[in-house]
Amino acid sequence: MAKKKTDDIVFAPRGIGEESDGVVQKGVDLPPATKKKHKALGLSEDDLKAMYEQMYLQRRFEERSMQQYQKGKFGGFLHLYIGQEAISTGTVFAFDDKDDIITGYRDHGWGLCRGITPKEGMAELFGKATGCSKGKGGSMHFAKAENHFWGGYGIVGGHIPIGAGLAFANKYNGTGKISATFFGDGAVDQGALHETMNMAQLWKLPVIFVVENNGYSMGTAAKRHTVAEIVDRAKGYEMKSAVINGMDVFSVYEKMKEIADDVRENSKPYFVEIRTYRYRGHSMSDPQKYRTKEELEEYQKIDPILKLKDYILSNKVADEAFFTEVEDRIEQEVLDAVEFADESPFPEVEDMYDDMFVEDNPYFHV
Amino acid sequence: MAELQFREAIKHAIDEEMGRDERVFVMGEEVAEYNGAYKVTEGLLDKYGFKRVIDTPISELGFAGIGVGAAMGGLRPIVEFMTFNFAVLAADQIINHATKVKYMTGGQADCPIVFRGPNASAGQLGATHSVAYDSMYAQFPGLKVIYVSEPDDAKGLMKSAIRDDNPVLFMESEQMYGLKGEVSDEEDYIIPIGKGKIKREGSDVTIVAHGKMYHVAVQAANQLAKDGVEVEIIDPRTVKPLDLPLIIESVKKTNRCVVVDEAHPFAGFASEIGFLIQREAFDYLDAPVQRVTLPDVNAPFSKKLFDAWFPSPKQVIDAVNQVTYRT
Ligand SMILES: Cc1ncc(C[n+]2csc(CCOP(=O)(O)OP(=O)(O)O)c2C)c(N)n1
Ligand SMILES: [Mg+2]
Repeated sequence: MAKKKTDDIVFAPRGIGEESDGVVQKGVDLPPATKKKHKALGLSEDDLKAMYEQMYLQRRFEERSMQQYQKGKFGGFLHLYIGQEAISTGTVFAFDDKDDIITGYRDHGWGLCRGITPKEGMAELFGKATGCSKGKGGSMHFAKAENHFWGGYGIVGGHIPIGAGLAFANKYNGTGKISATFFGDGAVDQGALHETMNMAQLWKLPVIFVVENNGYSMGTAAKRHTVAEIVDRAKGYEMKSAVINGMDVFSVYEKMKEIADDVRENSKPYFVEIRTYRYRGHSMSDPQKYRTKEELEEYQKIDPILKLKDYILSNKVADEAFFTEVEDRIEQEVLDAVEFADESPFPEVEDMYDDMFVEDNPYFHV
Repeated sequence: MAELQFREAIKHAIDEEMGRDERVFVMGEEVAEYNGAYKVTEGLLDKYGFKRVIDTPISELGFAGIGVGAAMGGLRPIVEFMTFNFAVLAADQIINHATKVKYMTGGQADCPIVFRGPNASAGQLGATHSVAYDSMYAQFPGLKVIYVSEPDDAKGLMKSAIRDDNPVLFMESEQMYGLKGEVSDEEDYIIPIGKGKIKREGSDVTIVAHGKMYHVAVQAANQLAKDGVEVEIIDPRTVKPLDLPLIIESVKKTNRCVVVDEAHPFAGFASEIGFLIQREAFDYLDAPVQRVTLPDVNAPFSKKLFDAWFPSPKQVIDAVNQVTYRT
């Protein structure tokens, strides 16, 4: 058999530089947003206002974090959630407060939504003793277990089975709670997801697997790192599934509520792909050569926070004065958080040994 | 001699070996179009094309195993892990397969593969991104483990690693990638695997230190020199096979030894060296061998805790003072 010419063999799909002229590439194709108005969704006017406050808080908290990082107030990674706030907010409003949530390292929005105060969050970023994880975790490991937010995790895909484990405990104890495990499009490629989906379906665990598909895994576009439509992963496991427009908080709320009800009722898992977009780089040191400014602008035009504001104004749920008040108040709250973080003490060096074991005086090898 | 950054030295080695051997290829997360998360593979895609510089999904277990299979199939993969902290997901392929396939098949299959990437901590990245894995892997038969400290070592040993017909783990450090150093411009510069180097001569005490810890040892040695203590620093460069004769010879001269290791203390590089010295040079020792390691605690995020956690020149100086009875 003649040997084939091999120079033009390609393995990984190509990306950068392959764009067709003039057409702005899209990180993700958004499904249509829900047409329902807030009343039809069962949301009160106060709910809308609270949703706006929550999303605005997440945004300002992270914008200020970024500034503090750039000023050198803290180190490590800083993965910003900016652009994705409708997902955390819509979900937390749709879930019961006791339902379990776990996520990856892009976790600030989730933490704030589940009751980490801006002060506790900012202090964690600064590595201070007053932080939500006592300064031991930093940006990637916000957590508030008492509010059933089990934290952000740094190993891509590592927390996916853990989310199913929380569901296992809920089923075992008959709590009637569900759990949801949130992860990026990049994490879809980890074996952990597939092993866990199989078991979750086999064992009928009340868990929702949610992909926050923001179009990119670090510098790699989703179509370059994963085959087919992500949502279709569910088919092989005969799992129920849905695709949601993550740039619209009403759509997230509507669907996640339906799904949560279904999972709670039937104790069977669900696989959800929420399409969204991250405005900032992967972390702070990302030159973002893999996407164009135009592409980013396409999504910023449909910003979920502005969209909700427009809705509230045009439906006369609140007036400009409401927004001025909320935005000023939150701005102040975030600035106070920065001051609090700055002035808080670092943990004591001995505190390093705390939280390794449950005993008061555990054994440490020397 | 040319002055190169650590990352450039590694890249030159890979580039030269890819130029010399069609079977060598690179794969890993962000290695191709993004030019490497830490720019170690910068320019290789342009030069060698999509066939030989391959971006992978975040599927460490999968692509490590594809590497093992490709090696069994006659290729010579260089598999990059964004850090060895993520190679934990691929440990099954490294430990259960790469190291064992030749043995289990009675020598029928070879596995000439290089797994490379940064090892250990890189500042405040928290508990899951800060573990040193060289000692752990060195426990397993069938692997060669390299953890280098300077650009010159990186160049010469990377070339050896790629040419080696066995699985080799080649460890680097995010924090050393920008480090500059003189690199031999000898054509086809090779440093044999298993050869350590005396990087500083001294007669008072031997410090054994590799990887990032080598630089901590140098800082300590410079400080100690001001006090009239002359430290001999041995960088084994290769954890396994270990250049034991070089260490023993030095200890026979100085009669004292401190091992500086970036791993946690239990059953690590430092304990191994300590054991070997007492076995081979017991009668030459004027003090028990001491070690400086990480504490038996996960990496904390907070800067203050991290700085206390990470081995410091001060701790090395204290250990030297202890073995020289200067305290
Ligand atoms: C097992 C593992 N491999 C690689 C990494 C490095 N890494 C961190 S985030 C990331 C990209 C993940 O992208 P995605 O899942 O889409 O989440 P996003 O960052 O977009 O939220 C990579 C490769 C890691 N943290 N863990
Ligand atoms: Mg992503």
